[in-house]
Amino acid sequence: METIGSIRPLLAILVSVLVIPLLVALRRAPNQREMCTLGAATLKFLIVASMVPLVLDGTRLEFTLAEPVTGFPLQLRVDALGMLFALVSSFLWIVTSVYSIGYMRGLREHDQTRYYSFFALSLSATVGVAFSANLLTLYLFYEMLTLSTYPLVTHHQDQEARSAGRKYLLFILGSSIAMVLPAMLFIASHTGTLEFSAGGILKESITPQATTVLVLLFVFGFAKAAVMPFHAWLPAAMVAPTPVSALLHAVAVVKVGVFSVVRMITGIFGTEWLETLELSTLICGIAAVTVIVSSLIALSQDGLKRRLAFSTIGQLSYIVLGVALLSGNGMVGGLLHIAMHAFGKITLFFCAGAIYVATGVTKISQMVGIGRRLPLTMTAFFIGALSVIGLPPCGGFISKWHLVLGTVEAEQYLMLAVLLVSSLLNAAYFLPIVYRAFFCSPAESMFSGPLAEAPTWCLVPPLLTAILSLALFFYPQPFLRLARLAVQTVSGG
Amino acid sequence: MSMEGVIEHLPAIVVAVPLLAALAATVLWWFNDRLCFPLSVGAGFIALVAAIGLFQQVLAAEVIEYRLGGWPPPVGIVFRVDHLNGLILVAVALVAFLNLVGSRVSAQREFREKVGAFYALYLLFTTGLYGILITGDAFNLFVLLEIASLSGYALIGIGSGRASLSGLNYVFMGTIGASLYLFGVGCLYVMTGSLNMVDIAAILPELWPSKVILLAFLLCLGGLFVKMALFPLHGWLPNAYSHAPAMVSSLVAPLTTKVMIYAMVRVVLTVFTLDFSFNTLAVREPILWLAILAIIAGSLMALSQTRLKKMLAFIVVAEVGYMVGGFWLGNRAGMSGAVLHIVNDAVMTLCVFMAAAAISFKTEDDRLVNLKGLFKKMPVTMAALVLGGLSLIGVPPTCGFFSKWYLISGGIQGGHYGFVAALIISSLVNIILFFRCFEIGYFEPLPRENGHHSSPVEPYDGSPTIQEAPLDMLMALMTTALLLIVLGILSGQIVTRVIHQVIPAVIG
Repeated sequence: METIGSIRPLLAILVSVLVIPLLVALRRAPNQREMCTLGAATLKFLIVASMVPLVLDGTRLEFTLAEPVTGFPLQLRVDALGMLFALVSSFLWIVTSVYSIGYMRGLREHDQTRYYSFFALSLSATVGVAFSANLLTLYLFYEMLTLSTYPLVTHHQDQEARSAGRKYLLFILGSSIAMVLPAMLFIASHTGTLEFSAGGILKESITPQATTVLVLLFVFGFAKAAVMPFHAWLPAAMVAPTPVSALLHAVAVVKVGVFSVVRMITGIFGTEWLETLELSTLICGIAAVTVIVSSLIALSQDGLKRRLAFSTIGQLSYIVLGVALLSGNGMVGGLLHIAMHAFGKITLFFCAGAIYVATGVTKISQMVGIGRRLPLTMTAFFIGALSVIGLPPCGGFISKWHLVLGTVEAEQYLMLAVLLVSSLLNAAYFLPIVYRAFFCSPAESMFSGPLAEAPTWCLVPPLLTAILSLALFFYPQPFLRLARLAVQTVSGG
Repeated sequence: MSMEGVIEHLPAIVVAVPLLAALAATVLWWFNDRLCFPLSVGAGFIALVAAIGLFQQVLAAEVIEYRLGGWPPPVGIVFRVDHLNGLILVAVALVAFLNLVGSRVSAQREFREKVGAFYALYLLFTTGLYGILITGDAFNLFVLLEIASLSGYALIGIGSGRASLSGLNYVFMGTIGASLYLFGVGCLYVMTGSLNMVDIAAILPELWPSKVILLAFLLCLGGLFVKMALFPLHGWLPNAYSHAPAMVSSLVAPLTTKVMIYAMVRVVLTVFTLDFSFNTLAVREPILWLAILAIIAGSLMALSQTRLKKMLAFIVVAEVGYMVGGFWLGNRAGMSGAVLHIVNDAVMTLCVFMAAAAISFKTEDDRLVNLKGLFKKMPVTMAALVLGGLSLIGVPPTCGFFSKWYLISGGIQGGHYGFVAALIISSLVNIILFFRCFEIGYFEPLPRENGHHSSPVEPYDGSPTIQEAPLDMLMALMTTALLLIVLGILSGQIVTRVIHQVIPAVIG
């Protein structure tokens, strides 16, 4: 594998930081300000995308920022795994920015400059995590993401936002300092490195008992992955404006958590070492519990965004579970699910926001017959739901297919059962919403009158991501190839 | 004087310039008190440049020894600059200078008719600190300690209200601490007949079994513990720091405890030597537990405060535990962390205390509830407070994270998980402490603001609610805040190029 130095990963991160002064300067000219956000988002995506061909050829791009501790540099590296995640999040930032314009203006939200600025900063941190070459760098961007999303979660600045913000910090910042930091320094002290490398770095320098503790510290400590019981911040964070929930709490933030866990499994512990110690079963077990329990809780949620949040918690653990299976297909499925779930879930959140902007409704029990007024929105919702459940013809099917194959390959039949039961539960908490939106007697319907969809800026993004969810069923190649390459790399093939 | 002449006399310049300027300030005060400020800034700047010059010399060539009046040691007094005090001297001079630059408007307002006294004492205080840092003489250290302390008492008492009472408490405790140290040095002098640190160190090994040496060690250390406010000897600190005038707190709080910790490191490493302090005596474990207690107690007491400056003062108490604990871990990572933290913590503490000064300058009140709406009113000051807070919590890339990196690594490598746990708990408590302030500033609006959904696009942005602190204060504050990140990135350089030269090679 060839490694070349390149400043492109740094540029991809910096674009969205450098645009912030512009956003602040243009605070009184909202149209220009939003153009800047869109411009930065597009540029960021193009820079990330420009590295795809190189990565697919097996080249790694590297850039060293500094060496704040001798032997532990701040270093960026673009590989297939990081590229997969960066590609998804930088692309969806463009779509979300469009959506933000419709949503924030539609609701006459306050402090929009602050909102767009911290949004941009969050995306820098997200891509930073994707491109981190070692745990120190990852930790830096991880914390940066926590802090830059805090003002977004608490955007409304009311009592509810305040307590959600507390939960957010307590769980995410707290667990990263209480668990990840000591675990990281333990590894640094014993191995002298924190670099993500194919076979892991722990082997032989750390006892099996200590390794078990480290696994637990990382799986729970990266609380952004919302593995139960460290999930409570996510439903609370739904007080944020919907674009924030859509991009950050279905894609960027939560998947940074999952991504970090995946990096630990593949780059720090090493798949072989985990298999030898049979720790993969432990991680799978923890993830499986989260998958089932969160789906059950989702069933009982009446707030649409809260139901989506619990669904996200379950789907995140699919990814952890898939990768922890350590079988080729399982890992491919898990990684692919980062992308597939992102497109499906962001669609659902966009729809939830569009429903709110158009009708002011947030509760599922009040959405009977809503398809009559918002047919396009609810169709997009339907497609997003299909994808998250994992039914063809949607992208989600491809990732779940690989996950199922992975369980068989790893001979983990219990996990197979978990996946299938969970899919049924997914269907049970999504499909009734869609069914009742369209099929009800006129007497039952809570909506009548002419079509009145949300403003175009709010409507186009969910339609686009819904179409892309469908397209990914037929053309999963870009993500599938990256996922396969990533798995090939980490298993030393 | 030629250039070489100046360079040769840098150790004297560092101490003499602020001392003479202090005298000049008292004289000038009679004629025109406006001149005191530029004079002090000039003197502070010269001291800073001299400190940097000395540090560069040290980096190039091991140790500088400067004989005062040309008298050779052990009879004469020497200034001795090595990597350890060279580094800390720069940090202290920089902190004192930045705070001085930001002090003008606040000093004008807080003690209008005493401005001259303020600047004279300010310079005298720094003279004492610089002297403590570079002296190579154990008794001379006591004298300079008294110079710094006495001017410190006066500075704290210069304020109004409860300041003078708190200053008095500071005098009592400070005198006890200094006296203990003096007795310790007395014992050493009786036994060795020398006051020169290097000289004493050379004579001591043959006297190790002596009880008097043990007594000297305990007295010196105990005295310094009082002066650095190590829990439970911290009683004088919180009130003194929180009732002092704003610009005095932001001078005294970052520097006093740090310089005292330097004195401890110096006395242990240079005078008594590592072998005696760590191997012959069984004091390591008790001191470590004392440090852990300091960290936990300081953090918890900070939690119960309702005033910003008092909360910060208790954080200082906890931070003292960081450094004492790190040093007494006795391994390379721990000691590096402790010395690095002397530098980092000085800048961090300056940052938060200066932010507090800027806030109380505008709001005339430092109760936490009074932080309402400050993110709108004073965005720059609050940004600096956020950076300072993050550094105290230990979030990368601020320097506080990297001190913790070394300190926690030291704990792990030494197998001392109690210390690791204390550091983590303290970080968690700091999250609560600072985000409690940020919450008030962010969620609770200024009283005159109205509802929050108004015009379609931008109700608040650009509305003229920004009322920042004076520009010079703001510039000093922003420089300090940025320094937190610069220092963070440079941590590796500082540790490998400077601090590792200080720590004896026997420590792995």
